Amino acid sequence: MMVKKNGLLAAGAIAVAASLALAGCSAGSDSSGATSDADSSTLTVWVDADRAAVLKDAAAAFTKESGVKVKLVQKDFAKIQEEFIAQVPTGKGPDITIAAHDWLGNFVSNGVVQPVELGDTAADYQQVAVTAMSYEGKTYGVPYSIENIALLRNTALAPTAPATFDDMVAAGTAAGTEFPYLVQIGPEADPYHLYPFQTSFGAPVFGTNADGSYNPDDLTVGNAGGEAFATWLAAEGAAGRMSVNLTGDIAKEKFYAGASPFLLTGPWNVPDAQAAGIDVSVDAVPSAGGQPAQPFVGVQGFMVSAKTKNAIAANEFLVNYIGSEDVQTALYEVGGRPPALTAAFEAASSDPITAGFGAVGATAVPMPNIPQMGKVWQFWGVTEAAIISNQGDPVQLWQKMTADIAAAIQ
Amino acid sequence: MMTTPGTGHDRAQIVAAKRQRQASRIAEAASAGIKVLLVKVLVLGIVDAISVYALFVLFAKQDWLVFGLVLVVTVAVNWIYFRVKGLPAKYLTPGLIFLLIFQIFVVGYSGYIAFTNYGTGHNSTKDDAVSSLILSAQERVPDSPTYALTVLEQAGVYSFLVTDPDGDISVGNADTPLKTVTDAETDGSGQAVGLPGYTTLNFADIVSNQEAIAAVAVPLSDDPNDGSLRTPDGSAAYLYLSDLVYDEAAGTMTNTGTGVVYTEDPSQGSFVAADGSELQPGWKVEVGLANFAKAFGTDSIRGPLISVTLWTFAFAFLSVATTFALGLFLAIVFNDLRMRGRNVYRVVMILPYAFPAFLSALVWAGMLNPQFGFINQVLFGGAEIPWLTNEWLAKFSIIFVNLWLGFPYMFLVCTGALQSIPGELQEAATVDGAKPWQVFRLIKLPLLLVSVSPLLIASFAFNFNNFNLIYMLTNGGPRDVTAGVNVGATDILISMVYKVAFVGANRDYGLASAFSILIFVLVALVSIISFRQTKALEELN
Repeated sequence: MMVKKNGLLAAGAIAVAASLALAGCSAGSDSSGATSDADSSTLTVWVDADRAAVLKDAAAAFTKESGVKVKLVQKDFAKIQEEFIAQVPTGKGPDITIAAHDWLGNFVSNGVVQPVELGDTAADYQQVAVTAMSYEGKTYGVPYSIENIALLRNTALAPTAPATFDDMVAAGTAAGTEFPYLVQIGPEADPYHLYPFQTSFGAPVFGTNADGSYNPDDLTVGNAGGEAFATWLAAEGAAGRMSVNLTGDIAKEKFYAGASPFLLTGPWNVPDAQAAGIDVSVDAVPSAGGQPAQPFVGVQGFMVSAKTKNAIAANEFLVNYIGSEDVQTALYEVGGRPPALTAAFEAASSDPITAGFGAVGATAVPMPNIPQMGKVWQFWGVTEAAIISNQGDPVQLWQKMTADIAAAIQ
Repeated sequence: MMTTPGTGHDRAQIVAAKRQRQASRIAEAASAGIKVLLVKVLVLGIVDAISVYALFVLFAKQDWLVFGLVLVVTVAVNWIYFRVKGLPAKYLTPGLIFLLIFQIFVVGYSGYIAFTNYGTGHNSTKDDAVSSLILSAQERVPDSPTYALTVLEQAGVYSFLVTDPDGDISVGNADTPLKTVTDAETDGSGQAVGLPGYTTLNFADIVSNQEAIAAVAVPLSDDPNDGSLRTPDGSAAYLYLSDLVYDEAAGTMTNTGTGVVYTEDPSQGSFVAADGSELQPGWKVEVGLANFAKAFGTDSIRGPLISVTLWTFAFAFLSVATTFALGLFLAIVFNDLRMRGRNVYRVVMILPYAFPAFLSALVWAGMLNPQFGFINQVLFGGAEIPWLTNEWLAKFSIIFVNLWLGFPYMFLVCTGALQSIPGELQEAATVDGAKPWQVFRLIKLPLLLVSVSPLLIASFAFNFNNFNLIYMLTNGGPRDVTAGVNVGATDILISMVYKVAFVGANRDYGLASAFSILIFVLVALVSIISFRQTKALEELN
């Protein structure tokens, strides 16, 4: 009876505490009473569903080694950014969260993450991954995967990899399919998928500093290369090879149906293409403007909360467990994304698809993680859509876009 | 049953039996009362115990506002349930408490946010901002070595015993800079693992004192500009220099590298330099009416505000008008008894209502694709009609898809309302020589509107904020790229607010809340006026 009553009380206390927390009045990060289980030797880690199973083993090994319990909390990846920013200040957030590198600028300007010292292990990761996880010269995360787009080729329709964009169009035309090549665009265009073509004209969005980080004061998108890219886009649109009606879903379906030998896409569409019976090869994106075509790289990793009470345990877990080859390899096996740790990546490269995407990623550029990037997308896509649909002079539209972006990031 | 009148003896028996029954009833009621009372005491006891516990916690946290609220609510609940009178209150109280927590409070809190600068870069307290700035300002000295570390403890003071890559061993703590020692115990690899007179901490000890150990900074020398050793993981130490110094008394942050002084500005909630540059993050402060000023004063928002408001009204009004017209027409047609297979048709009619609106909007977006969509390919023989990319056609498409989504609801509502109108009225009107159209216009429609008009007003309010349809079908587009504003031809107020407040990486909850207050005022005004008008209809009955 006593036990039951205590249980009830505790349940009630938790309910009240929860409703009080809901009511947004959990002032301070005092862990007395309501959350008495927030004992200092428990690490709380937010992960998405796919990663949780792998981390379970890493967490068990870590607990055995150090005596620190690890509590894995499954979260919907799409909601983590918002929730982390909202919860850390209340003191109820996790110690560690899984994150995409382009959230970093937002996290830092909200003061919810703290730097992670990779120390000498920094050299064990692919350079692009560490650069992506750094902001204003400091590293804030331990990367575990690298993701980028490349050119998917249907080997039955195009036996050799195209060297340049014109070669690709020629090969696609020779194949006699409905489309010479496929790039998903959609009504508001898709700057992410068009970016390798843009960089091949020498027009990245932002200039970079000496350490590879982006400089928000150096908006390079409107340079002469950018104008050349805009003119080229308009020509591709006029020729009917690019169309705003070609959404991601349609482009995929057409490629699976064999309506084109080439599709510009990421590793996420490879399993479906293979299931559709297509023998695919992964090649570098052919250059349209003469310079290297560099797509964006998205890096995923783990970051530490600014308000953690377990800074030492969190760092130890990330640097020495998440950063270990076994865990990185296991994470690759569930997600299929090339690992960020060089040793694990080399092991994973026995798979030609992973090797193909990895080779493109190694020369690619990280997607800017500076908060200013958030202001770029809203003008970038619609302008590309207008240019592809030939709704005006491409150079003028491109310069108008540059001016709008410059005004927005002031 | 005896039909003869009973004797006096019989009557006495009957009376006794009655009394017995009455007594047992009273006893039963009394025992039930005791049961009810027991349950009441038990439940109230649990509630009070929880409240008292919560009060203790809040007292410890010194959260006086919530403490006061919990106290008042607890006292009120006890008073309500221990009174004999006031039965309605006993039924209403639980619902009212939940209404307060989950509705009134949420609305009030959103209203309060409109008067703060809550958003990206201002999402917590000043203390959090300061500690986060200090954390991020720690910069590892370039090319400095990694020191193998052993944490030592003596009389509650933590010291760092470090071995540099050359094998030199030194020790220091927060007050005494690093000095070389010779009598350290080393392991096989030459790393120092202990010092006489000190206790060596293992990883478990480090973890249980990690907050204190993570805060230890051991100066490299007497000169603070040489930096200090810190440990991120308890097993290695690195040399750091901080490029920000916080002076709490003066309320300033000084960048040691550039010498720029950032002064605390309570009106902006951030540290601001003389040239106006701010340190991120800042913290949340009340800003009065600044968000409303921003909503009306920023050109990029004020410009499209008028046209968006007009389109919002047009969209909501046309959606209600078209769905109601079609729904009513179909309801009348399928209400005719001469129609065969009415029920089959009715089921088919309800189908669009049975699909989730999200899904329908996405499917329609695909079907309306100019080049590959079903509508152009099949119905228009391959014509490339820009359903969603031409400004006026996109507006038409939105209203058309909303008609498809919304007419079944109106059809259901009107069918119900029509069936409640007595058939005699129609017969009487027909006898008096009224034409069918007259019967509909003068008798059926007014009677119908009495019961349906509140629903039309609700439908208007719903469509006024129909974010899902706009977001899924056109995402507010098509946009005029030469306008330089992130607002498209089919954006309604709520989707414009979404774009203004949440686009990209910059969240501006304060501005979004200010806008929602404005939207609330608009919807409330329209609803009040409409309800006034419908009062006139009710006088028909």
